[in-house]
Amino acid sequence: MTPTWTLVICLLGAILQQFMPRTEPKFARATALLTAFLSLAAAFSGVVNGMDPGVFTTLTRAPWVPGLGIEFHLAADGITHCMLVLTGIAAVAGVLFSWNVEHRVRDFFSLYFLLLTGCFGVFLSADLFLLFVFYELAIVPKYLLIAHWGSKNREHGAMKLALYSFVGSALVFAGILACAWASGVGSFSLQELGKHAFPPDFQRWVFPLLFVGFAVLAGMFPFHTWAPTGHSAAPTAASMLLAGVVMKLGAYGALRAGVALMPQGAAMWQMPLGMLAAIGIVHGAWVALTQRDIKYIIGYSSVSHMGFALLGLLSLSSAGLSGAVLQMFSHGIIGGLLFAIAGRMIYDRTHTRELAELEGLNLQKLMPFAAVSFVLAGFASMGMPGFSGFAAEAHVLAGAWKSFPSLAILSGVGIVLGAAFTLRVVHRTFYAAGAGEVEPSPASTKEKQAHGEALVISIPERLGAMGLIAVALAVGLWPRLLLDWIVPALESPLFENLRKSGGLQ
Amino acid sequence: MTGVLDILWLIPALPLLVSAILSLTPARVKGGAAPLSIGALGLGFLIACAALAEAVSDPGQVRAHNFTWFEFGSSAVKIGWVLDPLSALMLVMVTFVAGWIFVFSIGYMSHDENFTRFYCFLSLFTSAMLGVVMSNSLLMLFACWEVMGLASYLLIGFWHHRPSAAAAARKAFIYTRIGDIGFLLGMLWLYAETGTLLLYDNGAGCLEANALTQLAGAAISTGMAASTGIALLLFCGAIGKSGQIPLHVWLPDAMEGPTPVSALIHAATMVAAGVFLMARIHPLSTATASAKPIVTATAPANATAQSAQPAVRMEAAPKSQAHAEAAAKPTEAGGDSTSSPTLTLNVMAWVGALTALLASLVAVAQYDIKRILAYSTVSQLGFMFLGLATGGPAVGVFHLLTHAFFKALLFLGAGSVIHGCHEEQDIRRMGGLWRRMPATFGTYAVGMMALSGVPLLFSGFWSKDEILHSALAWSGSKWPFALGLVAAVATAFYMTRQMAYVFFGPHRGHPAMYEQGHRIPVTQPHESPMVMTLPLGVLAACAILLTVVGTPMWPWLHSVLSGHAPEVRREVSVGVLFAMLISILAAGTGFTAGWICYMRRRASGFNDGDPLQTRIPSIWRCLESRGWIDELYKMSFGIWTAAAGRFCDWLDRIVLGGGVRMIQNAALATAWMGRLWDEFFLNGGFARGCEQTRNSADRASLVQNGQIQRYLRILAGALALVALWIIWK
Repeated sequence: MTPTWTLVICLLGAILQQFMPRTEPKFARATALLTAFLSLAAAFSGVVNGMDPGVFTTLTRAPWVPGLGIEFHLAADGITHCMLVLTGIAAVAGVLFSWNVEHRVRDFFSLYFLLLTGCFGVFLSADLFLLFVFYELAIVPKYLLIAHWGSKNREHGAMKLALYSFVGSALVFAGILACAWASGVGSFSLQELGKHAFPPDFQRWVFPLLFVGFAVLAGMFPFHTWAPTGHSAAPTAASMLLAGVVMKLGAYGALRAGVALMPQGAAMWQMPLGMLAAIGIVHGAWVALTQRDIKYIIGYSSVSHMGFALLGLLSLSSAGLSGAVLQMFSHGIIGGLLFAIAGRMIYDRTHTRELAELEGLNLQKLMPFAAVSFVLAGFASMGMPGFSGFAAEAHVLAGAWKSFPSLAILSGVGIVLGAAFTLRVVHRTFYAAGAGEVEPSPASTKEKQAHGEALVISIPERLGAMGLIAVALAVGLWPRLLLDWIVPALESPLFENLRKSGGLQ
Repeated sequence: MTGVLDILWLIPALPLLVSAILSLTPARVKGGAAPLSIGALGLGFLIACAALAEAVSDPGQVRAHNFTWFEFGSSAVKIGWVLDPLSALMLVMVTFVAGWIFVFSIGYMSHDENFTRFYCFLSLFTSAMLGVVMSNSLLMLFACWEVMGLASYLLIGFWHHRPSAAAAARKAFIYTRIGDIGFLLGMLWLYAETGTLLLYDNGAGCLEANALTQLAGAAISTGMAASTGIALLLFCGAIGKSGQIPLHVWLPDAMEGPTPVSALIHAATMVAAGVFLMARIHPLSTATASAKPIVTATAPANATAQSAQPAVRMEAAPKSQAHAEAAAKPTEAGGDSTSSPTLTLNVMAWVGALTALLASLVAVAQYDIKRILAYSTVSQLGFMFLGLATGGPAVGVFHLLTHAFFKALLFLGAGSVIHGCHEEQDIRRMGGLWRRMPATFGTYAVGMMALSGVPLLFSGFWSKDEILHSALAWSGSKWPFALGLVAAVATAFYMTRQMAYVFFGPHRGHPAMYEQGHRIPVTQPHESPMVMTLPLGVLAACAILLTVVGTPMWPWLHSVLSGHAPEVRREVSVGVLFAMLISILAAGTGFTAGWICYMRRRASGFNDGDPLQTRIPSIWRCLESRGWIDELYKMSFGIWTAAAGRFCDWLDRIVLGGGVRMIQNAALATAWMGRLWDEFFLNGGFARGCEQTRNSADRASLVQNGQIQRYLRILAGALALVALWIIWK
């Protein structure tokens, strides 16, 4: 088994769903879980097989459109492994948290695995054109998942997300074509392009196309407003994948195509784009402080956290880049967990996401498991040492301090605000006044409903939540688990341009 | 005996393990929680004692154990733990005090349904605190520091069904976090300059000679040395954690937590972490370009890293000059003592002195028994910083240690009072308790005398005297000394007031107690059970016994902390005696004033105004409402933050959202234009063209519509025409 199998498994899984019996959703679920586990195994296979994280190892290579220099070329290095494993974990967790989907289950999972195929494809592509194809492939199922299975405002959210994605794609497409043809390389291969030294004037205008185009999907200020709307409209599994993996596609693209290929362009645009990233960190946190919808808060927190990833990329230092990848992984796990708790555990049971309404329900008593998980996820999200977020943010800030100390200080403000809005949402959702014995609140219909319904957190949810927390803790306590893959990858020839231009110090 | 160093990690690991076990224990299982937690701490205490013996055997030596946590590029981030007198003393103190507070909690929390969870959090907290004091890496220290903040959040908000407790928990977390950003940035700066966050690493640590020289030499654009900037940023973290002005407001509110929590976290240990941090990085605070030769001289290049602790600034304190000679310090040391203190030390001294004074004044006008103690803690922490700045780590840490014991004692005593008075916290509703709670009264009196600085017998006197003495002898400004002196008077005053209200005079129980025709209160205050009074007794004994190690005749603690072998001194200098006289006078003034105000005329009822309130109402109001600082923050930062949040939200909704909508509308408009163009212009043209074509076709089709008659008619016509043409021709 090689990581290529992730694509095959997900694609087959998507097709297989259509052959499941319509009336028995449990078969569809079981198959989905099996598929997800197999894809996770395939994602791990590269590491298990002992592939060198420092080498961009080719997995599959075949000519596709030879006349245009397009190849079907899949390859992996340490950063790829890191992102593959994240996607695999998110896939499994997503299935576990979609156990209660009843409406057109087979179609749901078919689209789910198509989306995963796109994500795996982006991470594995060694050809920019192929990467772009997979990148576009991910948008369609994403749109359908939100528009069909989403909650309130779903058409609007789905459309906004799709349109933003396409705008980003348009920029990226122009940038990719420029890379391959305007520069005279005539190939889309990342390895070929990595060897080519693009002239500075060329980098000056192509780098922003590529970086900003990709960063739209990573939620870069001021192109971030799709994130909260899209996230909150999406069904649980889709918002988990959206926060967990899809936003990483943007950051990953910005790393592979932007920073790695055009380091001089990156150096020219370092300050303005870095400022946007830092503003995103603070801005996202500030807006989150004022929101009343729990999913909007988490959506804005995603904007804030992905700002760290972008800031790390733009610091162009070794610490910053490894921190950015670490942050991508970390936010994928923690953000996914937050959305799972908010969407599955809270919303599906109380049918409200408004803090004001949740306050009266005394949820801490009704579902203690959800409360404890949310507290842990909240602390992980605000960068508590011991969880992966701290290791990642510390790396990013260490890198940013060298490149732009003022922005590192600005991001520090974002960390304080992060603590503030996280405590606010944790407290108001689960612990706010309404403890029955203190002030018996009037028995609203909502509350009756909440009391009457089975509020027991199901086994799949428990497994999913505990798994994600365990991963966040493991990476936080021993960041070498991932850094041992990431750091050697920064030494590979793909980053030669960056090293030559004085980055990665 | 490297054995102790190798198992030092067990001290924090054991409570952490207990905490993990308890977090998985169902709430109904209550039996194992307390014995397990106390057992872990007891074991830790034994190890800590062994470690102290080891450290004291050669106080100048710093033993460290480092390992790599992670690497990026060519640089590795290492963490590790350190064994020197400072860490060993702190380990012993924390395990000991925390252990007795754990015992006390068995009684205090016995009725709480979340008993197990309480011990889980307490163990987590203690583990983090132990991690802070033994870590040899700023990064690890910061990590433990943050976890400690987390545990503090959980414990303050332990009774989260009280809105005030939940608010206090959040406030504590966020205020300390503001300081922590300074800490984090200072750490980043330090890492960028030196490439290491290890404190001691065989000469390569950031508190050792090479790094200090480099840091003192490196200046940023404003001319400030990197070492100063870093030390000030780290001091921000300490200000947050140790409740100094201007971030002190969270500490008094933190009293919403259960009383053992207040005793452990907000008196004895956690808040002292800030003081500990500054003591730890003291070489950094004192590092000046001229300090280079001295620090180098104290660090011989042998295999084990030598302590950089006997740093320059301590020479300013006359008391340690004897040691300086004994240790045969290089002559540069004497030369440096005359130079003015560094900026960091100046800031630290001023912040400390101001906090000590203001907090002690506010404490005078409070009625909540725990709140008085809380402000007293803030004030004492100010004293510690003053001591650190003017006398070096030994002076500050001595007060930290003595304060830990007597403040824990006072808080637990207050807890016992509250418990005995059925959760009453207002001192106006107490009174006359000395008869009903003799054990609590006796021990509380010891704590009170130690805090106010009753001479000779009580440890607090010696440690505070030492601070005042070094502040007096300080080469910087004399103002901090004056402020500290007034604070010392106020301390004795408010403690006398509290004693008078709580333990003397008639009992002024809540009116509700007298209802239903009873002349005697329904519920009498009662003495607490043995499990609560025993810890009080032990801590009271310690508050007295600690005197032994800190007098000027045998300054064991001071020598050990400064890295010298302890020795007995025959004669005491005049300066020392003079300072002692001043501090005795200060305490005496406070007592007398307190006696006049409160003991002679005892409050007889709840509504009797405070004597000071009637005499100086305006000042009293200001002090009682704590200088309106909370309100000020709410009116400024609170409103600004909310406004900024709303502004960003507005930006997203209106500007960005509006932009998107504008683009959307523009796109729609273009689409409509296109449609109109298509329908009316293109389609119109097309339609007209079509019509013309059809019309012509219609006409054309007339000739081939399949009607024979018409064909024949046309044919006939045509023939006729042809015939005519031929004839014409």
